[in-house]
Parts: sequence; C-alpha cells; structure tokens
Amino acid sequence: MSRGTGHEAQASAEGGLAVRLDGVRHVFQGARGELVALDGLDLEVPAGSFTVVIGPNGCGKSTLLRLVAGLLAPAAGTVRLGGGEAAAAPRAGDGRVGLAFQQPRLLPWLTVLDNVALPLALAGAPAAERRAPAERRARAERALARVGLAHAGGLRPRELSGGMAQRAGLARALIGDPSVLLLDEPFSALDALTREAFDDELQRLWMERPRTVIMVTHSVPEAVRLADRIVVMTARPGSVAAVLPVRLPRPRPVQPTAEATEVDQGVRATLAEVGPTEVEAWSEEAAG
Amino acid sequence: MSAHVLRIGQALASLAVFVVAWKLLTVLTGTPAYILPAPEVVAERGARAIGSGLLWDHAAATVVEVILGFAAGATAGVLVGVALGKSMLVERVLSPYIVAAQAVPILALAPLLDIWFGGGLLARVLVCALIVFFPIAIATMVGVRSADPLLREMLRSLGATPGQVTRRLEIPSALPVIFGGLRVGVTLSVIGAVVAEWVSASIGLGVLINIADQGLFDTPLMFVALAALAIIGLAFYGLVVLVERRLVQSA
Repeated sequence: MSRGTGHEAQASAEGGLAVRLDGVRHVFQGARGELVALDGLDLEVPAGSFTVVIGPNGCGKSTLLRLVAGLLAPAAGTVRLGGGEAAAAPRAGDGRVGLAFQQPRLLPWLTVLDNVALPLALAGAPAAERRAPAERRARAERALARVGLAHAGGLRPRELSGGMAQRAGLARALIGDPSVLLLDEPFSALDALTREAFDDELQRLWMERPRTVIMVTHSVPEAVRLADRIVVMTARPGSVAAVLPVRLPRPRPVQPTAEATEVDQGVRATLAEVGPTEVEAWSEEAAG
Repeated sequence: MSAHVLRIGQALASLAVFVVAWKLLTVLTGTPAYILPAPEVVAERGARAIGSGLLWDHAAATVVEVILGFAAGATAGVLVGVALGKSMLVERVLSPYIVAAQAVPILALAPLLDIWFGGGLLARVLVCALIVFFPIAIATMVGVRSADPLLREMLRSLGATPGQVTRRLEIPSALPVIFGGLRVGVTLSVIGAVVAEWVSASIGLGVLINIADQGLFDTPLMFVALAALAIIGLAFYGLVVLVERRLVQSA
C-alpha cells in the first residue's frame, strides 16, 4: 500500500462547518401511530471531516442522513448546510449533497454508465449540464474509473456483482462532486472481505480528495478504520450521546493497531452506556 | 434457428390436427354445410372471396378501424393510467366513471356513439377505442404504482421532478404490465370493430358476416369472415408481442 504519506487528516482543516443540526426532532406517522425517531438532536459536522454515525438499531441514523439530504424536513429544530453566512436548509438534488444507499439502487433498464450519469441529467443539475450528453458521459466514465469500474460502463446493473453495483452507486453519488457525501450503511450487504476492500478504497478516495463525509454503520471496526469523529447516538428517540474523536494516522490498515484497538474499546464502552441495542420493533427502513 | 423451425412446426402441426378434427366432425356427424361446412368447402369459398376482391375490401375496412381504435384507445389508456397511478385524487374522481363505462356492454353503447358521431368511421373507431382503453388504463395505473419506492427515493434525492420520475422510473418499470394490457387491448379492438360494424357500417368483416347470415345463408362465407377476423387478431397480437420483446428487457 504505497498511497498516502500517513498524514494527519484531521477534521476542520478548512475551518467552518459543513452541516449543523440544532434541536432536531423528527416524527414518523405510521399505521400504529406516531414514532418519534429523533428528538433534541444537536450535531456539528466540521467541513472536510469524516464523521461516522453509530448507534442502536432504530435510533434514527438513516433518518438523520435523510434530513441532511433534504429528503425529509424536521418536525422541529433546524438543519443547515454550509457554514457562516452561506448556511441554508438542504434541498434534495441541488448538488451540494451526494447520497449512497444501503442498496445500489440502480435503474435496471439503463447501462451502468447512464446510471452514474443520471444526476447530471435531472432537474437538479445546471441547465448547461443537461444539454451536454457527451460531457455527461465523459464525467461518468471518470467517476467510474475512480471507483475501479472503468470497464463496466456498458454493462447492465444485473450483470454486476453486489460489490460492483455498490461501487456504481458510490460513483453516482460522487459524480456531481458534492461537498457533502452521505453514506447510509453502503457496505452492510457485502461479505466481510469485499467490505474490507471497500473501506480501504473509501479511505483512499477520501484522502485523494478530502470532503465532508457522514457515514452510518453498524460496525465498530469500520467506524474506527474510517472516522475522524465517531458520533454515538442514543436509542430511540435518537440524539447524540457522544462525539468521540479518532486521532489515528492514515492510511489505516485492515488489521487494527494497538491504538485502534484502544479506540474500538472506547466506542464499545460508550455504546454499552447508551443502553442495550433494542430489538427492531419498527425498522428504520419501514419508517424512512 | 432450429428452435425457431421447431416452433413453426409445432404451430403447423396443431393447425393440421385442428383441420383434421374439423373434417372428421363434419363426416362423422353428417352435419349439412349450412350449419358446419367442411374445411375444404370453406377454403374453396375463401379462395373465391379473395379472388373477387370481396374479402380484401371488407377486411381492409375492419383493419383500419382496429388500428385507429387501438392507437387512440391505447394512447388515452396510457395517459389516463399514468394520471390515475400518480394521483389518488384523480383516481377517486375518475375511476367510478371509467369502471361504469366499462361495465356497460359495448354492444349497448355502440348505437349511442353511432347517433352522437354520425355513423361514420369516427363512431366505429370510438367503439374500438372505448373497449381498448380500460385494460390499458388499469394496467398502466397498477404498473406506475408498483415502481420500486427505493428507486423513487433515489430519484428524489437527485432532485428529479415528478415528470422526470414518470419518464425515468414509472413508465419503464410499468412497461411489462402495460404490454400485458396492450395484448388484451389489441384483441378487444377487433371485437370492437365487429360490434361497431354490426350497428352501422356498409363495409367490414362484421358486415360481411351479416350479409352471409341474413341475405345469403352462405355459412361457408361466414366461416371465411371468422377466419379472417381470427387471423387479424393473431397478427396484431403477434405485432404487440414483437414490439414488447424489443422494448422490455427480460430481467
């Protein structure tokens, strides 16, 4: 592994905030009545930081990402993108945020290349962008190359393995060069080995071009491997229990170092304080 | 290629069995030709009807009605189906009328359309369109609603407008179901054409059946007209299936 120099890629190198949530509450109206997913959630995400959100099942991690993506509006409180004067509520599809899901969510009737180029063809993209299909293709090809799918552009999604499809989903999230990348358990459906390779690549991608990342995961080792800051959430209704900084040199290896193990234990201890992981009564998937 | 030849062989074999069984039925029961003519009698009558141009003239009129009626009904069906699928309000307001119109037998509606639209081609096309409309509208509605909610959310996260969601997600994912409706619709269009011709027309296969029945007691000619209708129905059905194979990716 020759890439990187082990530089300390600490958060907030550029100063300022990328995302700020204040007193956020979110309520789902379900068949069984109301479900308070988040309540009193305050979170500041420094620009350029890699933030990993971890917490009990159903604590509203995915809901948090959907609020930042502008897919949901909070019932109370505010969500702001950008720092200082420029801070504004998120608006889905305005290009500031890229979102990759737990499933690849590719359109089966389009080629991989067209799937990756899709964000540039939709209303959210600038008008000039939409009128230039050749430019769109070129950018999609570059995005595919970045995630190691340079030769898969002409394939259909059904011809991809699970890992390849997930990479294509990541390429689609990155094509608009968003300042904030949201990852909703993007690797949870992959086997352990593929997942490790993925974490490795994600780290490399981020080191090549540090941008604000907020990633949701269930895996403590993954969080320790990737994060500058680990946000531990409380059980439902979710709020922030603790923000744990992770000051480990990068690139971080698959096999955790002694320091990484120490951080890992710290995160687990905090999770244990938050309380036992409750049994899924109502999945976030269904709620979101 | 050999699979193709095999399929054609199977179709021909089934046709041969059908004709032989038909012939046996006429021989064994001794049914007179004015009730059940033998296949060779029908074939001979058909050859004469083709030779004189009689069959072509009537069939051409019916084919025009089938095509125009199917095109109009299918277009309206897909458009209304999308609106029904996308808006609960539209569905609540429109669906009682659509269902009621479908529940009234087309045979009972045809004379009314004939009065309203002056007994010409337009009236007959409308009868076809009306009968074609329903299965396609319902299929489209169901198809549009069945679009994957995860893909819906993905498109929304990319800022897709409702129109873009329809074009990029709902129509493509509804396509297999829409083609199910189109298959049913195209055969119904043939029925609509015959019904409309019975009500008012001077030419068409429906008219030919009436002439053969009431004027001439020419049962073999009736069989020729029925066979022509069956062939028209099969041909259009096959055409829809062909287009479907082109457009719908087998997943």
